[in-house]
Amino acid sequence: MLTPEQIEAHLERVLLTVQKPGRYVGGEYNAVHKNWDEIQTKVAFVFPDIYDLGVSNVGLKILYDQINQRDDALAERAFLPWLDFEEVMREHEIPLYALESKHPLADFDIIGFTIPYETLYTNVLNTLDLSMIPLKSADRGPEHPLIIAGGHTFSNPEPMWPFIDAYVVGEGEEVIHDIVDVVQQHKATLRGSTTAEAISSSKEETAHPEGHTSQKDARRGLLLALAQIPGVYIPSLYEAHYMDDDTIAEVAPLAPEAPKVIMKRLVAKLPPPPTDFIVPNIKIVHNRVTVEVMRGCTRGCRFCHAGFATRPVRERSVDEVLEAAEKALASTGYEEVSFLSLSSSDYTGISELVQRVNERFSDKTIGVSLPSLRIESVSVDLMEGLKRSRATGFTLAPEAATERMRRIINKFITDEQLLDVSRDIFKRGWTTIKLYFMIGHPSETLEDVQAIVDLAHKVLDEGKRITGGRAKVNLSVGTFVPKPQTSFQWVAVDTLEQINAKQDLLKQKLRRGINLSWTQPEDTFLEAFLSRGDRRLSDVVYTAWKNGAKFDAWGDQRQYHIWMEAFAEHGIDPDFYTHRQRRVDEIFPWDHISTAVNKKFIFRDYQQSLEGEIRVDCREQCFACGILPIFNNLRHENPGKGWMCPEVKRKPKPKKEIPVLN
Amino acid sequence: MIRIRITFSKQGALRYTSHLDLHSLWERSARRANLPLAYSQGFHPQPKIQLAAALALGFTSQAELVDLWLEDDESWQLDSLKEKFQTALPEGIKISQVQEVELRGPPLQTQVHTAEYEVTLLDEIPASLLDEKIATLLAAESILRERRKRRKNKRYTTKKPTFDLRPLILEITPLPAEGENLRLFMRLTAREGATGRPDDVLSEMGIPIEAARVTRTNLVYE
Repeated sequence: MLTPEQIEAHLERVLLTVQKPGRYVGGEYNAVHKNWDEIQTKVAFVFPDIYDLGVSNVGLKILYDQINQRDDALAERAFLPWLDFEEVMREHEIPLYALESKHPLADFDIIGFTIPYETLYTNVLNTLDLSMIPLKSADRGPEHPLIIAGGHTFSNPEPMWPFIDAYVVGEGEEVIHDIVDVVQQHKATLRGSTTAEAISSSKEETAHPEGHTSQKDARRGLLLALAQIPGVYIPSLYEAHYMDDDTIAEVAPLAPEAPKVIMKRLVAKLPPPPTDFIVPNIKIVHNRVTVEVMRGCTRGCRFCHAGFATRPVRERSVDEVLEAAEKALASTGYEEVSFLSLSSSDYTGISELVQRVNERFSDKTIGVSLPSLRIESVSVDLMEGLKRSRATGFTLAPEAATERMRRIINKFITDEQLLDVSRDIFKRGWTTIKLYFMIGHPSETLEDVQAIVDLAHKVLDEGKRITGGRAKVNLSVGTFVPKPQTSFQWVAVDTLEQINAKQDLLKQKLRRGINLSWTQPEDTFLEAFLSRGDRRLSDVVYTAWKNGAKFDAWGDQRQYHIWMEAFAEHGIDPDFYTHRQRRVDEIFPWDHISTAVNKKFIFRDYQQSLEGEIRVDCREQCFACGILPIFNNLRHENPGKGWMCPEVKRKPKPKKEIPVLN
Repeated sequence: MIRIRITFSKQGALRYTSHLDLHSLWERSARRANLPLAYSQGFHPQPKIQLAAALALGFTSQAELVDLWLEDDESWQLDSLKEKFQTALPEGIKISQVQEVELRGPPLQTQVHTAEYEVTLLDEIPASLLDEKIATLLAAESILRERRKRRKNKRYTTKKPTFDLRPLILEITPLPAEGENLRLFMRLTAREGATGRPDDVLSEMGIPIEAARVTRTNLVYE
């Protein structure tokens, strides 16, 4: 493996032959550089796409901050090279390196992938390959970094099971420290240090550290120790059994250390948000300060994966948010701050926040953005309060256009509400409204799609009337993919014929003045089988990567035929994952992973959707989704308004002891 | 309002930061240093920052120039500005000089007229051959080269436009070698619309830009 100095020497000779070389050199303000030789544990965090997209990822920022706060560990970052530089790296045998120290990723103790969406899977394999690290967990030993992953794909890690040593289920802020601790203890025992205590049974194996078997055993010892951390899933410690119809019979643990169900981790109280954001020296996507104001959402939209995966709602105080924004703006010099949440309108302190933001930053030419505002006039007040440039347009996301559909997906607004708010937006000077809908909701018909057209026309007509003809409507229509761990996990994805019919209708019926954008069906199917697949899909992922699939999230790079060929090669039918309505009693590939929202609750919610029954915001009424029974001790220790769940007054009975390390 | 002129070096990772990105870098650094940037009037107020003669991607420099307009308030002093600013800059940008300049003077871009470079050749080449190449260049009456395409999609229906590189070259002389590596000095014009580029000169000599390390050593202005 090359040294950092050798890598830098190579870079000098090759970087000018590639586009945007600034992606590959680091050197940003606020990047943390620690002394490599003095730090015990080295962690490289990877967003498996190019720098321009990855560097602003909030999850990555949080983890980078968490690890670099420790004196005994350092965190660096790495991203995938774009095609031109990948070619150069392979030609010159330059391994993928971390931006801070230029050490190859293989020099690190832990490589942590953040995988927020499934179309990054082939990029994960490409990252390992470019790092010259064996792709499969089974082929890696103690001489290789531990490969961990996390992010929203934790809901169903199975398609990636052979590649990842440990998948973090849930939130990473605390568990990342547990993982570093276990890795450190394990290293100490391997060295035969007298101060270290034995972890599981790895002691005997260290007697012959040179032998191949004992190397394997040493890695297994580490994995067994990691399996005991709540929220850590070690795929290799489980085996999948299948029924005759290829559905899952069981995913069973192979070792007593591995829990039957891996319950997600969550932080009871959101830790102080990171403020010393890295400021890139080149232009990237989302170059701004982001402050997470709350996590989770109480609305219960049935299609929304994040709504299920990030429960319960935990808020930061307005004081904490403002202080963080101010600190981050001072530390970065950015001209824009974005307040992050799944639903800004539902943040308890939203009006106070906007008012105080204006007081503090009004003279400083700082832009403020609030994503995900609800369709109500208050949102228009808020946007107006922020004095945002009206050139940017105003986004509304009704998701569906008929009352029937809105009941099914549990996002209920009326047409009149939408039109009222639209009028309000146009009256206050905006000329562009962006409407976001989805096609492919369960039981949707062409009438429901026609209703999208009609509604968009009505909004445009109102706009033209109010603005004197200058109004524009940008209509974005995505195609729904039912995600694991949501109320629609039983539902099939629309077929190509259905999607074509619906998209044709939109394309044909929409008038001028409405700018339509839609999702290519291939992108929908790719997302669908990758998110809904089981362990057998991992062969398809591997073969697709081997045959050149990468950057699958990039419309112009995704090569669908490679995927179809990979399915054919392994004799697997993609429709089994995408277009199959699943039995109500089916065991899903992801049933051993728990978001703490129990399957019975989710099933009941699905049944209610078929009846067109609405569930109100769960702040009004607790529907016992499962969060509170499972995390009742956390809630008890954190009373008050930080959580939106009801309070737990009585001290919960102690549960079965979770095995404690050390 | 006060107009200040900063002379700075651009090294390391920052050599891969473009002219446009450098503009944002100064803007953000000024904010980090808590300096009161003066903004333009109008609907979309922009901070008043001027950079001289764009440095090509990959070149380092010992003497870049930037003019910044700051509000004349109590929050800063000229004597301590250098230290205050330096802590807010990424590694790779080092301020060597800060001076006040005439507030209403012409734009910095029009004041600069000449740029000087030192070039280190990374591949081995006989010194005599290099001398010969220099002599050939300087002896030429004109050196016609195709202009770079401004935009990717721009199609030229007729012949691609050319320009004469020769009048843009003011001086080329060999410098003492650094170990194995031969070096040269170049003085090129750096006026708006008449800027000599070291990569063009090198290319004319048959040396690809990846095989050279280029440092700008001086920007001469009126």
